[in-house]
Amino acid sequence: MRSGIVSGAAGIGIGVGLYGVSFGVLAVAAGLSPLQACVMSMFIFTGASQFAFVGVLAAGGGALAAAAPAVLLALRNAAYGISLVPILPKRLRDRVLLSHVIIDETTAMARAQDDPAAARHAFIATGVSVWLFWNAGTLVGVLIGGGIGDPRTYGLDAMFPAAFLALLVPQLRRAGAPVAGIAGAIVAGSLIAFTPTGVPIIAAIVGVVPGVLWARGVRR
Amino acid sequence: MTWAAIIGLCLVSYTLKAIGPLVAGGRELGPGVRRTLELVAVPLLAALIVVQTFSNGRQLVLDARVPALAVAAVLAWRRAPFLVIVLAGAGTAAVLRAVS
Repeated sequence: MRSGIVSGAAGIGIGVGLYGVSFGVLAVAAGLSPLQACVMSMFIFTGASQFAFVGVLAAGGGALAAAAPAVLLALRNAAYGISLVPILPKRLRDRVLLSHVIIDETTAMARAQDDPAAARHAFIATGVSVWLFWNAGTLVGVLIGGGIGDPRTYGLDAMFPAAFLALLVPQLRRAGAPVAGIAGAIVAGSLIAFTPTGVPIIAAIVGVVPGVLWARGVRR
Repeated sequence: MTWAAIIGLCLVSYTLKAIGPLVAGGRELGPGVRRTLELVAVPLLAALIVVQTFSNGRQLVLDARVPALAVAAVLAWRRAPFLVIVLAGAGTAAVLRAVS
């Protein structure tokens, strides 16, 4: 395996690990048990969905209202998985295991390589690194979070919008993304006062429509 | 209820990831479908930012989270690391609440 790929994978892993710390802190502050937070990071293993679930719970929403946006945020992993099929190993057992690490970071690392063999190495190295650091980070965060009293004192509630912003910025490079984002923000903002927690977020998915139309217009 | 939602999310999350490698084989998505699926996260994340900044669960409110988001936005724009952005947001809100 090439050293550039290994160091790249380790670098991404460390970054993701730090972000896992903030997930662990916020999950516990939102009322989840340490075990629930760790199970989420081990088996849901897709950051934006986990933050969305915990964020809606922290804002007073129920478990279903929290799960819906988490599912919608995970939809893009299906698109990633289908696009990655050509570079994945052929053995079924390998595919069953590696499917679990199909997320933004591993897909981006695979797509950045020049040939299929390098893409496969990059995908696997990043997947292993990100999974280990994300879970180690979550565990550290859970331990820190257990010692914090009222989350508002430390501004933990303000960590959520900052975290979602940091997740959004790299996604904005896609064609039509700024338009989709603004539309989603307007829809959500106009529903806050009239609907229960969770609804404004789910409704914002209609923002995809102007985003896709915009991207089509640009390509023509 | 929380456990049920978490376990459900574990199953749904894995299923979505595995559709391609385990079920769809070599079939490909049309470029329009792929782009739409990959774009879905953008309006949802934008909505999460708005709700987590301006809502108290029932109505629109303006509090310390607004300047916190502004600080985070500047840092994100300057490509600061994730943890720096998140801690700066929390720190801004904590300081403003402590002095007000």
